Amino acid sequence: MNRRLLRQALPFLSLAIVLAATFYVQPRTMSYFGLNLMLQYAVPIALATVAQMFVITVNDLDLSIGPFVGLVSCIGATLLFENPSLGILALLSLVVLYGAVGALIHSRNLPSIVVTLGLSFVWAGIAVMILPSPGGKSPEWLKALMTFQMPVIPFPIIAAVMIGLVVQLALMHSSYGVIARGAGGNPKALSRAGWSMMNTKIAMYMLAGVFGVLSGLALLGLTTSGDAHVADRYTLYSIAGVILGGGEFIGGRVSPLGAVVGALTLALAGSFLIFLKISPDWQIGAQGAILIIVLALRALVTYGEQKR
Amino acid sequence: MKAMLNKLARQPWIFSFAAALAVWLITIAHTGGQGAGAILTAALSFATFTIIVGLGQMMVITTGPGNVDLSIPATITLSGVVAMKVMDEDTGRLVIGVVAALGAASLVGVFNYALIRLLRIPPIIATLSSSFLILSTAISYGRGIRIKPPEPLAEFATARLVGIPVMSLAVLAISLMIGLVLARTLYGRSVLAVGQNSNAAWLAGLDVGRTRFVTYVLSALMAGVCGVLLSGFSRGAALNMGEEFLLASIATVVIGGTSVAGGRANVPGIWGAALFMYLLVTMLNTFGASAGVRLVLTGLMIIAVIVAAGGEEQR
Repeated sequence: MNRRLLRQALPFLSLAIVLAATFYVQPRTMSYFGLNLMLQYAVPIALATVAQMFVITVNDLDLSIGPFVGLVSCIGATLLFENPSLGILALLSLVVLYGAVGALIHSRNLPSIVVTLGLSFVWAGIAVMILPSPGGKSPEWLKALMTFQMPVIPFPIIAAVMIGLVVQLALMHSSYGVIARGAGGNPKALSRAGWSMMNTKIAMYMLAGVFGVLSGLALLGLTTSGDAHVADRYTLYSIAGVILGGGEFIGGRVSPLGAVVGALTLALAGSFLIFLKISPDWQIGAQGAILIIVLALRALVTYGEQKR
Repeated sequence: MKAMLNKLARQPWIFSFAAALAVWLITIAHTGGQGAGAILTAALSFATFTIIVGLGQMMVITTGPGNVDLSIPATITLSGVVAMKVMDEDTGRLVIGVVAALGAASLVGVFNYALIRLLRIPPIIATLSSSFLILSTAISYGRGIRIKPPEPLAEFATARLVGIPVMSLAVLAISLMIGLVLARTLYGRSVLAVGQNSNAAWLAGLDVGRTRFVTYVLSALMAGVCGVLLSGFSRGAALNMGEEFLLASIATVVIGGTSVAGGRANVPGIWGAALFMYLLVTMLNTFGASAGVRLVLTGLMIIAVIVAAGGEEQR
């Protein structure tokens, strides 16, 4: 019991440690303005991480989420800006397409890694066709939302907590959430109990699409212009975020709050490394090292946990 | 004859060769037969690199669900940089450079497996984290690298024998060897057994850990070979030289008919798939497709082939 609690607390502890280390290295970040600046880009990453988490819940992996977020930012900066209703229609059809991919993967029992790998080319290609070079403009309301100045507590923190709580309630404390996680835990038992695996997968993929769209729009509100390749790294970030947050690849064991916290940790780690004045050569490496350290801690904590 | 054809049609690798052939035929139909041979020669040379890393990735994926090596691109870059730096344009240091590069690559394999084993994390996360570290090492070690490969290496990587790249003959030899290892040796059989059911393999007395360990080192080693040859071929190492091989290595394995669930490897399929991927890009280029259209069609083709080849049977 104790270990289990510790295991659940680990993502939060990791975040606290990285946050404390950042404050220690650069005390000026311990302010409304500093936190706002450091954490604003964590919002789109957190949304992409949640999207990835839905796919991982049903034992699949989405290698296309990064280019997808980039595509959404391109559509947002062009279609949505020039012709809002057409833009909304385009984004909705993307979500439907995501669901269709889920249906295809399930019906033919295809490896999700390969299908989403192919899909990542498709998203990137469409994005390049829409916006061959970075440009376009963010709709005003998006910019206003993302640069919203909350009194006392920085907006990114509120946004992250809200995202985490809403998804946590929906996936961990609702009856449908139990079914969704059961689809990852024991698909056979679930379909024998009369639930449709097909519908569950489609629903999870569509939710991933919805959060991918939200991530792209949030990113667009911050960058204020579209770029097909702006989010290529998000694929790796989102997978790492889910795992840092205590999720597992198989068995429907995921944690929405943990995933958001994992994404925040990754985003903060980036700022922390810059404050440390580590040579740019080692920026990526240090991020890998942080990932390994957190996972090593988890291995230590779960060492005694009974193997299920 | 009919029975033979039937048997041939059931081979999982036939899809990839059929797809490659179809794409090639469409291309030369478009050019009116011009450059048909030249296209094939180019496809053979470029596909060689994908085949090398594809073989390593195939072994890793065959050891069971969840096993995949995402550190291949970083390892290619590291070995290319190490090779160029150690050789330092000096033909006399050619051998020591190759040894150093392959040594560095093997270390990556050892490190990858140590992470998987000690931290008990999924290989995808282990190799992802280690790839960050490897890439940083390569960047920091190869700062501002502008070193040309020694002449013999460059010559070997671009040499041709009656129109056939010598390098692809060497890789054919490696492929045959891996096919032989899989079919005839204890290690190869263990890889298949572990991939089919690691618990059963363990109960049967096979050393599951050692099998996986050797496989991850082998994959890293293949990435190392690719890095050395690639830096000879493209006259120097670059820090992004491995990038495209992440998708390519996984895609060739799967399109080639190797089971993603593990336990079934397919060496000829790697060749068909690698040729298909290169010929596809060539075809789209001859059609004058824009970058966006090229990307979309490449993606759709990968998805179409995997759908046509069919998924795994329900277990």
